[in-house]
Parts: sequence; structure tokens; C-alpha cells
Amino acid sequence: MLTIFGPALYGQTDTSFFFTRVKQDSSKLKLNMDAVYNRPFLQMGKLPVSLGGYLEANSSYFSTDGISEGLSFQLPRLTMFMSASIRQRIKFMTEIEFEEGGREINIEFAALDLEFNPLFNLRGGVIMNPIGSFNQNHDGPKWEFVSRPISSTTIIPSTWSNVGFGLFGKYSKKNWVWAYEAYLSNGFDDKIINNNQNRTWFPASKANRERFEESFNGVPLKTLKMAIKHRKIAEIGVSWMGGVYNKFRDDGLVLDKKRPLNFIALDINSTILKDTYLNGEWVWAYVDVPDTYIQQFGSRQQGGFLDIVQPIKKGKMLGWSESVLNIALRLEYADYNVGNFQELGLRIADHVYALVPAISFRPSAQTVVRANYRYERRTDLLRNPASQTAGFQFGFSTYF
Amino acid sequence: MNSRLLIFTILLEAILIISCERITPRVPADDQILDGPIEGLTSAEKTRFLAGDVAFNDEIFTSETGLGSVFVATSCGSCHAGDGKGTLFTTLTRFGQSDDTGNKFLHLGGPQLQNRAIPGYTPESIPAGATFSRFTPPANTGLGFIEMVTDADILAMADPSDADKDGISGVPNYGDLPSFLNPLPNAVPKNGRYIHRFGKKAAAYSLLHQTVNAYSQDIGISSSFAPFDVYSGLEIDPEISTLTINNVVFYLQTLKAPIQRDQNDPQVKQGKQTFIELGCESCHKQTLKTGPSQIFALSNKTFHAYTDLLLHEMGGGLDDGYTEGSAKTSEWRTPPLWGLGLSPNSQGGQYFLMHDGRARSIEQAIEMHGGEATGSKNRFKQLAQSEQADLIKFLKSL
Ligand code: HEC
Ligand code: HEC
Repeated sequence: MLTIFGPALYGQTDTSFFFTRVKQDSSKLKLNMDAVYNRPFLQMGKLPVSLGGYLEANSSYFSTDGISEGLSFQLPRLTMFMSASIRQRIKFMTEIEFEEGGREINIEFAALDLEFNPLFNLRGGVIMNPIGSFNQNHDGPKWEFVSRPISSTTIIPSTWSNVGFGLFGKYSKKNWVWAYEAYLSNGFDDKIINNNQNRTWFPASKANRERFEESFNGVPLKTLKMAIKHRKIAEIGVSWMGGVYNKFRDDGLVLDKKRPLNFIALDINSTILKDTYLNGEWVWAYVDVPDTYIQQFGSRQQGGFLDIVQPIKKGKMLGWSESVLNIALRLEYADYNVGNFQELGLRIADHVYALVPAISFRPSAQTVVRANYRYERRTDLLRNPASQTAGFQFGFSTYF
Repeated sequence: MNSRLLIFTILLEAILIISCERITPRVPADDQILDGPIEGLTSAEKTRFLAGDVAFNDEIFTSETGLGSVFVATSCGSCHAGDGKGTLFTTLTRFGQSDDTGNKFLHLGGPQLQNRAIPGYTPESIPAGATFSRFTPPANTGLGFIEMVTDADILAMADPSDADKDGISGVPNYGDLPSFLNPLPNAVPKNGRYIHRFGKKAAAYSLLHQTVNAYSQDIGISSSFAPFDVYSGLEIDPEISTLTINNVVFYLQTLKAPIQRDQNDPQVKQGKQTFIELGCESCHKQTLKTGPSQIFALSNKTFHAYTDLLLHEMGGGLDDGYTEGSAKTSEWRTPPLWGLGLSPNSQGGQYFLMHDGRARSIEQAIEMHGGEATGSKNRFKQLAQSEQADLIKFLKSL
């Protein structure tokens, strides 16, 4: 594969040997929901199919309470996209991810979009549930930090995609754009409270491959998102995802009551003071955990992140004409168990905070070389002295 | 100017990376944590220790791996966080026995209450008429030393008829051995029953005994030693390998003893003197020694656990009406005091002392002593405040 893309990688111009870079719509009215198509694509000759992808590689050195496992290298993901305009207003797009050196292959997205009207599009296939912003807009090269945000991967289990269908649409006027998305899909299962993390853990449902074949309990997961953006001010998104996670009946026999789960997320991004970029997401999650189960598995979680990115030099650097050097800071937090102990009346902890100062260098918009320090404090359920992890990460991520 | 900035940032980065070791968290001193192996283990023994550590702390059971169906917690580490003492949240309840004639509620889920259940199952509740007691998890440190104290040494500390007239007797808890246990060669049985030493009532014979029961009663995990489902009582396949159980036992045997801090602080020294003068040592025996052990590092060692491993009558205030083995309901085994100062690190920054965590400070714990310990408790109350403070400081240094 790489050899095919070779010429494109080296020739960072719009045209190369026999690939053409697909022109990007550079209007500033892009929303997080547009991220799936807002990627660099290559077109081969006159073929109707465009190709693309990205790669991430990094190394890290961490130590927890003074004990380090040394330096390690990771290839967290290699992702390929393919998109096709089948006819006018009929598009197909797929994103396939090879995780951890190919140990896991996931179809993150594979959907057909039918546009009836800009306000009314039908999407079906493997969709990315539009909860928060990170889940849809997760491509490595778009971020200045080596790791993904904790709350977006452990509370919202990004990349969280499911088989389903729904509608989306957009309306824009002058500097404003408004958009909605509404999907029904397969969803979570009871692994979220039956897992070896010893806490309510939404990513545990990702291990269930059958969710691409059938729903765990026959109740669809509903996801709704609304976003509004002013070209010069900000984009704000509000989203909700709700469903039932348990098997309340099997073969016609009633086993339990329906146990709901709900997520509410807020996301915002904005450029202030000329070129300081802010991007954040906050999520609240609620799960109906049976009272007779153990309190380790909490019924409420919350968390979020805020990224601040400041370009400090733009222009020609090291021979690249349009490069940018940024400094950046991420503040993040996740509380896996919001509530009090029945026995103690005291607040349950089980949370993590992290602070990540970073430097990133972009020789071009599609490629980022980044390094960050990371300091993380984790407090266990009982609020015992926190364990501290700190270390460095270095890596790159690039579209190809 | 700008290229200088670039070079500067790259340099800064390089310095940061090289100085990794400096700006990452420091290792806490050995005397500040309970986890870690005893000194003198061979490489093979260290590997077993680590295997046991992982099984004890990291193996979380789920319904697929055998959890429950009724249970109290999902792993050993959930109750014994950092190998230290637990809190009311991790406390377990036992019920159904009020004298030495045995548990009358075994058919109703006794002796242990499994108060949690996987979804779809109903947890147990305490049957009407059953007396019960709550047990807060003790620390798991230095247990390998305690296991190797010989029966002869324990018997030498016992004084069942209070022959020395100091008001303190002290008896071992004699119990029947379950079929999966073999007595140690130097055991001193009485009428076919053996001296037990682990647990609040000293009702477990050895670390294997305690571990097998914990898997079965606390987590609902059957083993080749105890192949029964806690919920149905039916014999089922083992849900954990014998190797894992043996590794966990090895881990418990080779967890280091807590290391005393501030030993030479004058206040601590004074407090220790007071401890001895008050007669606390009649039960909380400073020094014990191990007999021969297959683990070389545990053989013939002296250690300072501050316990005599015997049962003492502690008065009505601590009598819950529940008991185990041949102990009376008001009798409790002297708990080791080593590691006391580190208890808050696993109890959420607070103290939960005595068998059910009812004492919220060391002072309260001492004031709750009754029965045989009434004399030393009263002497403690008569101390000047500064003398009390010295004693507490000493206890916190342990
Ligand atoms: C529900 C919480 C809980 C869980 C889970 C639990 N323990 Fe315990 N542990 C306790 C309590 C409470 C005691 C005191 C019990 C007694 O007195 O009999 C105890 C006592 C012990 C002791 C005896 C210590 C002493 O000083 O006498 C050992 C050893 C032990 N546990 C090991 C384990 C192992 C191994 C596991 C996992 C298989 C485990 N525990 C799981 C709560 C727990
Ligand atoms: C007669 C024997 C005896 C004497 C004397 C005695 N203790 Fe104790 N001590 C015990 C027993 C038994 C317990 C456990 C009681 C329980 O769990 O309810 C205990 C518990 C404690 C505890 C709480 C430990 C824990 O882990 O929860 C402390 C602290 C303590 N003793 C300190 C002292 C001090 C200080 C003195 C002297 C003033 C003293 N004891 C005298 C038998 C004794």
C-alpha cells in the first residue's frame, strides 16, 4: 500500500505522478460532523474512487509512582479511507482502522449518504454516533497531542461506531450554520458493568463484535446532535445518546426490567485572540446499575477536556514553506463514579486528572510531529493517596 | 530570531526527554508502602511473587470468569487495597454461630453474607434469629512470618487459667482442619483439633485456608480445594486454577513486613516505653520468631508484629454475639499492630480500627478495650496528655 502512496507522500503538491489531490472545500463553515469527508483524498486518474488515510506512531516513557516500564514504541493506528461519489448526491465513504500493529481491524465507518436536500440527508451503514465532537472528529493528524483525550475514549468510548441509519442536515446563512444529526443504531451491552476494569466501563461494549450483526437487546441506541456555528465566533454542539444496555428478555422470557443508559455531551471550539485555538468537550453519563450489584460500578460518570493551541511561528521553517510551530496545553478529567458510598456517606473518588503541555510542529497541515509531557493523578474509589504518572510522549501523525 | 526560537524549542524538548528520570514521580520510600517482597527471595521466588501479586491485585472477576452468583467483592485487591486495611465499604458480614457448637445457619447461607449479586440474582440477607458480626479487612503484610510461628511458641504465650494472675489469659482457637489442608509437621493438636491463627477470630489455619475461603466466600470462585458454588451449594468445576491459588498464597507468604519509621525519635522511644509499662505487650507481643520454612527467607527469623496470635476476652462492648471455631463471642485475636501508621493510606485517609472499623482513631481503639484489657486501658486513660501523645506517635511509627 505504502508504495502506491509513495509519490503522494513525497510530492506535497496538489498533483503528482498519477494521483490528484482532491480539492478541499476550504470554507470555514465546516462542522465536526463534516470531519468524515473533510480529509485529504487522492484520486487515481479518472477513477470515481478517492483514497486516503492516516498513520500514527509514537514513543513514550512513563513512570508511575517512580516505577517505569522504560521506553516503549507504539503504532496505535493506521487508518485507510475510501470514498466514492456514486452519482450526484449519492456518496459512499468508509474508514478502516488497523489498531495496535494490525492486531485489531475495525470498520470505523462505512456509510452511504443520500442527499435529498441539504437539510435532509439519509445515512445508513456503519455510522459514528455523533456524541460529543471527538468521536466524529478523531483523526490523529488533527490533534496536537499524542494521546487521545481520556474522557472521549473511556467515558465516550471513541471511536464508537455502530450499524444504523438516520438523518442529517445543515442550514447556513451568511456567517451562520446550523446542523442536526439523528440516528438509530445498535448499541451497548451488559459488559459495561461486567468487566475486568472493576468500574462502569463503556468501552467494554466495543469488544462485542456481534453489535455489527444484531442488537444486544432489540432496543436501538438513539443519538441526537445539534450544532451551531458562527464563522467568526465558535461552534457549539449539544448531543444526547440513550438506550438500554441489559438483556431484559431472552427467548420471550422477561429477565429484568429495562435498564437505561444516557449520555449528554457539550462541545465547543473557537479561535480567540486572532489565532488561539480552543477545543473542548464535556460529557455526563448515567446508567441504571442494579442496587444489588456492587458500588464499584457507578451509575454516574463525567469528564471532559480542554485543548488550547497557540501557534508561535508560521511560515518557512526547515525548508517547508507553510509550516507552523505550536505550543499547546490540554487539561483533562474523568470521574468514573460520581456519588456517595452507602456505608460511609462519603464521596466516592475513582477519578483521574491530567495536564499535558505540548509542542507540535506541522510541516504542512496534513502532518504533525508532536511531543508532550504528561502528568496524571489517579485517585482510587476510596480516595487513598493518588497514584502519579508522568512522562514524555513523542510521535507523529500524518494523512497520506 | 525565529530560527533561534525553533532551535530553542527543540533543545528544550531534548533536555526534557533526557531529564525524564528527574521530572517523573519519585519512588515512595520502602517504609511508606506495604507492597513489596521480603528480602532474600531467589529470582524464581520473585517471579512467583509477581504472579501472585497480579492475581491478587489485578484479577477482577466477572460473571464470565465465575463471579458470584452472589459475592461480596470482585477481587482480593478491592478489599485489601495496597495490601492495607479496608474500610466499612469493604467490610464483610458473618452470621449464624453463637458458641463453640458450630454454625446453625449453614443451610441459610452462613457463615458469610454475600450481600451482592450479579444482575438477575438476589443477594443474601441475614436470616431472622441469626447473630452477626462485621469484619473490616486487615492488612496483609508480613503474614508469611506469622504463619511460621510454631504452635509451641504460641502455646508458650497462652495462659488459659491466668496462672500468673495478671488478669490476662489468652487461648488459641482450636479448629477442625478442612480436608484440603495438611497440618505442619510441628503442629501441636489437641483432641484432633489444630491451632488456627488467621482472621479476627483466628478461625483460619493457614494462608491457603484463608485464600481458598476468600475466593469462595468473598468472590464466589470455586477451586479444586472448595469446589462448591456459593449460591446453589452444588459442586461445580473449579473457576480458578490451583496454580493461581498457590501463587496468591506464595505472594501473601512473601509480602514484606511493614518497616517501622522514626524509630529513633525521642517521642517514639518514650511512647514505646509507655506501651510496655501499660501492659499492652501482654497481648500485643513485640517480638516473635519463625520456625523452619521451605522459603529460606522466612526460616528462623525474629520479627516485630505486636501480637500473640491468641484470643482474649475483650468485654461486652466488643461482643457481637457471633463467633467462629472454639472462640467465645467476646473473644478476639490480638491484631498485629505493625503497619498501623500506614492504615490511612488504604482507608481513604482515615482510620477504621477494631474488628468492624468502629474506632475512628487510635485513641478510640484503645478506649474500646475492655475485658482482659481493662487494666491497660485504664492506665492509658490516667496518662498525662503528652504521654498519651507519645504512645500514639509510637503506634503511628509502626
Ligand atoms: C469483601 C472483602 C474481601 C475480599 C474480596 C477479600 N478479603 Fe481477605 N479479608 C477480608 C476480611 C474482612 C478479613 C478478615 C476476615 C476474618 O477475620 O476472618 C480478611 C482476611 C484476610 C486474610 C487474613 C489476614 C490476617 O491477618 O489474619 C488474608 C490472608 C486474606 N484476607 C486474603 C485474601 C485473599 C487472598 C483474597 C482474594 C482471594 C481476599 N482476601 C479477598 C476481606 C476481604
Ligand atoms: C487483653 C489483650 C490486649 C491488651 C492488654 C491490649 N490489647 Fe489492643 N487489642 C486487643 C484485641 C483483641 C484487639 C482487637 C479487638 C477488636 O478487633 O475488636 C486489639 C486492638 C487494638 C488496636 C486496634 C488495631 C486494629 O488494627 O484495629 C490498637 C491500636 C490497640 N489494640 C492498641 C493497644 C494498646 C495501646 C494497648 C495498651 C494500652 C492495648 N492495645 C492493650 C488486645 C489487647
